Amino acid sequence: MSRHTLSVLVENKPGVLARVAALFSRRGFNIDSLAVGPTEHDDISRMTIVVNVEALPLEQVTKQLNKLVNVLKIVELDTGQSVQRELMLIKVRADADSRSHVLELVNLFRARCVDVAPDAVTIEVTGTADKLEAFVRVLEPFGIKELVQSGMVAIGRGARSITDRSLRALDRTA
Amino acid sequence: MTEQMTGAQALVRALEHVGVDTVFGIPGGAILPAYDPLYDSTKVRHVLVRHEQGAGHAAEGYAQATGKVGVCMATSGPGATNLVTPIADAYMDSVPIVAITGQVASAAIGTDAFQEADISGITMPITKHNFLVTDAADIPRTIVEAFHIAQTGRPGPVLVDISKDALQSTTTFTWPVTMQLPGYRPVTRPHSKQIREAARLIAESRRPVLYVGGGVHKAGASAQLRELAELTGIPVITTLMARGSFPDSHPQHLGMPGMHGTVAAVGSLQRSDLIIALGARFDDRVTGRLDTFAPHAKIVHADIDPAEISKNRHADVPIVGDCREVITDLIAAVKAEGRKGDYADWWKALNALKSTYALGYERFEDGTLAPQYVMERLGAIVGPDAFYVAGVGQHQMWASQFIGYERPGAFINSGGLGTMGFAVPAAMGAKMGSPESTVWAIDGDGCFQMTNQELATCALEGVPIKVAVINNGNLGMVRQWQTLFYGERYSNTNLQATRRIPDFVKLAEAYGCVGLRCERPEDVDATIQKAMEINDAPVVVDFVVHEDAMVWPMVAAGTSNDEIKYARDMAPKWEHED
Repeated sequence: MSRHTLSVLVENKPGVLARVAALFSRRGFNIDSLAVGPTEHDDISRMTIVVNVEALPLEQVTKQLNKLVNVLKIVELDTGQSVQRELMLIKVRADADSRSHVLELVNLFRARCVDVAPDAVTIEVTGTADKLEAFVRVLEPFGIKELVQSGMVAIGRGARSITDRSLRALDRTA
Repeated sequence: MTEQMTGAQALVRALEHVGVDTVFGIPGGAILPAYDPLYDSTKVRHVLVRHEQGAGHAAEGYAQATGKVGVCMATSGPGATNLVTPIADAYMDSVPIVAITGQVASAAIGTDAFQEADISGITMPITKHNFLVTDAADIPRTIVEAFHIAQTGRPGPVLVDISKDALQSTTTFTWPVTMQLPGYRPVTRPHSKQIREAARLIAESRRPVLYVGGGVHKAGASAQLRELAELTGIPVITTLMARGSFPDSHPQHLGMPGMHGTVAAVGSLQRSDLIIALGARFDDRVTGRLDTFAPHAKIVHADIDPAEISKNRHADVPIVGDCREVITDLIAAVKAEGRKGDYADWWKALNALKSTYALGYERFEDGTLAPQYVMERLGAIVGPDAFYVAGVGQHQMWASQFIGYERPGAFINSGGLGTMGFAVPAAMGAKMGSPESTVWAIDGDGCFQMTNQELATCALEGVPIKVAVINNGNLGMVRQWQTLFYGERYSNTNLQATRRIPDFVKLAEAYGCVGLRCERPEDVDATIQKAMEINDAPVVVDFVVHEDAMVWPMVAAGTSNDEIKYARDMAPKWEHED
């Protein structure tokens, strides 16, 4: 099994997320992470889907996704050729004694402290899945009270845009 | 053209504009506004069925007999959910239908209102696409898009759910409308490099097979298929969905592959070195245990749906395209290739299988009727121009094996989903789509009892179909499995037809049809002839057959095609060639 990151451009219409999610569940594909949001074009949303499959089922995943009428384009983003980020908010136990240690780690990981209470701090950190995992590991000894994490978003490196051609397709029908 | 009208009027107008002449359906609360303008339409005939499932299967039968999109209509909630089975059936067999359902008013959606069901959510995995329309202005465009999606690319069912307020509110009807489907671009032109590669493999192979599926008839490519087959001399097998796409009487035809395929067809796949799959999908009923399927074969796989290619079996040469274009290009490429394959040894082996293991069946010494004999006589007397519409089970397999199909599309049945109860309503739809044709529904007594209420529709609407009930008093195919795999423990398969509950002859008469009964082989011809002479009413023939008749050959579920038996415990001898 290996992880693949798919950028899926979809029409910004009600029910599209349900269609994609239903397709994955019906065909027995595993989603590691999913993030949806708007793009620079009002009519298009972008999903970043991390799937954990063999190469051959991956072909099935993209082919089946392509059959959804609301799906405009699918691009597999290679790890080396793209920037991949996740966002995490972590509430860590930190009193007067331990707070400086925690803040030191926050600086080391280029994270940010976004809320402080007498016995806890809330930290915002972005990065790759590996970095976030490492950060959580060093914070664990202090006591993690709560943790929330976004799905991964990713974008290809370089000047090329994957939305250009899809936008033109959309313009033609407008 | 611009005109003020209600959403309901816009719906009916749009249906007229896209060429709909027949709609099968039942009205109810949420769809009621649409039925008012429908009442006035001179172009659209609405056929009032007795159950929404009947409407859906009728739309499928209509679509398959005409090549056009079939249309069914139902109200919200239970009306819509009753369409689920035919929609799933159409999805599995790639039948173009459009289902129009009423939905509760948009303000009530999500409140568990009376007769509310999330039918677009329910049918998401069994439709090619579906729409929920809550604005009257969107109705005409959505109808055009629905028909376009249903009949282009790989055909399939599309559902349009319209809220009651959208049907009732006033809108400006404009025609024509522009579709907005930026994400829908089916590929029909095959790639020339792949075509040339396929032609090269054909020339180099020694044991090729043309594995023909339903996509060939859907693409209207039967004539091209015949040309390709005769040009190359390659044997042809036709799947359940492709029966008739290549004439059964043609010397190059080996029969149907799969669980109840001929020994020659199944054996040809297992020993082939090149399978050219055309509009077929390597269904588990064809491949048997996948890891032992056709172990020596390279695969050329042509299909209009890219997701079918390499889904079950890896394709060495993938070809995405419409089968008519694919086969036409393939013919040209084979001619350009110049070399002809040498298949003499191959044909010698296949002809031996064909003659040694020809389809046959057991006749019963007690004078009772063998169901296969009924099929043979139907095929002989009724002839190849009729439509034969089967349900699911033993009778379906016998209908596929023994009637004899010479014409593409002559056999209509429920293949992928295996929907019992398909035959009667689908035959009604086929007959309405092709009124000049003779249409025989071939049904089991189990299937027949699921949807025979549509006989009332047939009788009242003047749709004189003929129904051959192959009555063995049992859920025959399940019983066959109990005989073979469950130690003859017949758990819940006996429908007790020996007690004549119900009496199918009386039932037919109650529905305003002619009822006939035939229990002995010597009466078969006369009974069929009598049924053929009646053209002013539907006819139901109760063929009472022996309950122990079984479908052979058989590849038991989950086993390899190599384990095929041509009769109980009788395995064919494979001759080994080098």
